[in-house]
Amino acid sequence: MTHHPASPGLWALAWRRLRADRVAMVALAVVALFLAMLALSSAGLVAADWEKEVGVNYAPPSFIGAQDSFLAGAAGRRAGPPPPNAFDPLAEDIAQLRAQAGAALAPEPRRETLPFGADKWGHDVVKKTIKGGETSIVVGLVAALLAVSLGTLFGALSGYFGGVVDDVFNWFYSIFTSIPSILMILTVAAVLQQRGVMTIVLILGLTGWTGPYRLMRAEYMKHKAREYVMAADAIGASHMRKMFAHIFPNVSHVALVQMSILVVGFIKAEVILSFLGFGVPVGVVSWGSMLNEAQNELILGKWWQLTAAASAMALLVTAFSLFTDALRDALDPKLK
Amino acid sequence: MLAFILRRLWQMLPTMAGVVLLVFLLFNWVGGDPAYILAGKMSDAEAIANIRRQLGVDQPYHVQLWIFVKQILTFDFGNSWATGESVANIMATRLGPSLTVLIPLTILETVFGIALALAIAFVRGSLTDRAVMVACTVGMSISILVYIIVFQYGLAYKLGLFPVQGWGASLGENLLRYAPLPILIGLAVTIAPTLRLYRSFVLDEVGQDYVRTARAKGLPERRIMWVHVLRNAAIPIITHVMANLPALLIGAFLLERFFGIPGIGREVILAVERSDFPVIKAITVYVAAATMIFNLLTDLLYQAVDPRVQLT
Repeated sequence: MTHHPASPGLWALAWRRLRADRVAMVALAVVALFLAMLALSSAGLVAADWEKEVGVNYAPPSFIGAQDSFLAGAAGRRAGPPPPNAFDPLAEDIAQLRAQAGAALAPEPRRETLPFGADKWGHDVVKKTIKGGETSIVVGLVAALLAVSLGTLFGALSGYFGGVVDDVFNWFYSIFTSIPSILMILTVAAVLQQRGVMTIVLILGLTGWTGPYRLMRAEYMKHKAREYVMAADAIGASHMRKMFAHIFPNVSHVALVQMSILVVGFIKAEVILSFLGFGVPVGVVSWGSMLNEAQNELILGKWWQLTAAASAMALLVTAFSLFTDALRDALDPKLK
Repeated sequence: MLAFILRRLWQMLPTMAGVVLLVFLLFNWVGGDPAYILAGKMSDAEAIANIRRQLGVDQPYHVQLWIFVKQILTFDFGNSWATGESVANIMATRLGPSLTVLIPLTILETVFGIALALAIAFVRGSLTDRAVMVACTVGMSISILVYIIVFQYGLAYKLGLFPVQGWGASLGENLLRYAPLPILIGLAVTIAPTLRLYRSFVLDEVGQDYVRTARAKGLPERRIMWVHVLRNAAIPIITHVMANLPALLIGAFLLERFFGIPGIGREVILAVERSDFPVIKAITVYVAAATMIFNLLTDLLYQAVDPRVQLT
């Protein structure tokens, strides 16, 4: 009996093709770096103390050197206690309070420069960008997972059963696609009234399922008549089992590509929503809320927060898009 | 032809009914009781009951739905909760400024997109082609917010080439003075995805048999591209431009907000900020209707451009 080596599966082949693509590997490395940063920062190992006001207000990046503008002077003056006022009726009380508070409240020395500058309150911009990235990426990933899960579930039911089920889901699909997605997102944001990371995830996830739905439905229609599904039917597999244990592994690459496309779109959408103030709540930092602050800072000539948030986002999204393109090519070599 | 249009309009009814139902559910069920929003923080039970009676939210759901349907059919959504201006008036007066920016933007985007896509298709596969495609990917990765903030700061605030923001009364003033910078930014943002898409449309055609035939009979490459390929690539391009128009009306909201243009997009943002439900409801329903109508128009135009397409 001859021994046949197991032929490589879809994923092994795709990985081999992906490895040969140098651009894809660099992009993957960048994405992995961002994800590692995300893991470290959500575990509290990196940037956990971003809210500490370590620098003077608007401390410039170290490579520029300390500022000598009016603002720096003002910040410097504000750091020390004001000169005693002979007519202050509360002077004694305040002196007492100061004594009680003791050294705990003594102002820490603030640094004149930080590696990439500081924001209005003196937060380190590098740490803030990492923390903001955590919010933006988590929102993008979770919302994309939700949207693709919904799209896959609806698409599976619709494509597998056909008939009335298909008609109903198609009706839903035509309703959701006749409202432009950004309007849909804003409408849901208006209705939900409350801001929070969960809210954005729900808004994006519940409005973004249409793209995956259309593709997954087509895949299920194609696969349900194939021999392996008939074989599963013959051994008495249930509908659920046929749909998700037999067909899904064969179409999951479509879901994966859709998911990575959506992650990019949702990160961009989160940034816009948070910028407009419909996104993350006050006190949570994201790239969108950073851009919102940076807009006013730019007029004062403080460009570093804008540069940090914008370039971190551009780097991640570029890498993710290039990787998605390569992934699609690797998983579906017929395309191109 | 007429039969086709009538049938398509007939098919729109269930979708439109679905949109109305979805908007109704969102605002009347998920959104909670609007009386609390309207009455504000200093409200007593009587004031709330009074508002509820005026809005009709004390009625059973099917009556409320009927009120909503009547509002849509009569174009009468009542008054804005925030400003008291009638919603019909808001829709009518905000459309002009939006179109003042969007029509030139769409024309320029399409023309530049086609010209660049054909030019790139000439040198397909070359280093230039790949460099431009990578540049497009990078360009698409930068948030639209960054484009707006940087262009507004650099070109308007620092260099003073354009007004920082504002909107005038006359069309000429708006078009020549206030609209150019938003249009320029819109162009910078949209050209990368447009070019990528149009390039793929053109490249789909370049491999076709008729191109080989045209080459075989000795036509210059330039003529093949600009006449033969362009006419065929125009079909998906038209679909893309037409189908995107209603979404663009809302999509320009960031430009309108930053530059103080009193358009539909900015109105949506304001309405969301103020929980001004009648305005959002009206805009959502009419934009959805416009999307469906434009899809129909796209199909009709499709046939005009491509005689092979049979409308059935």
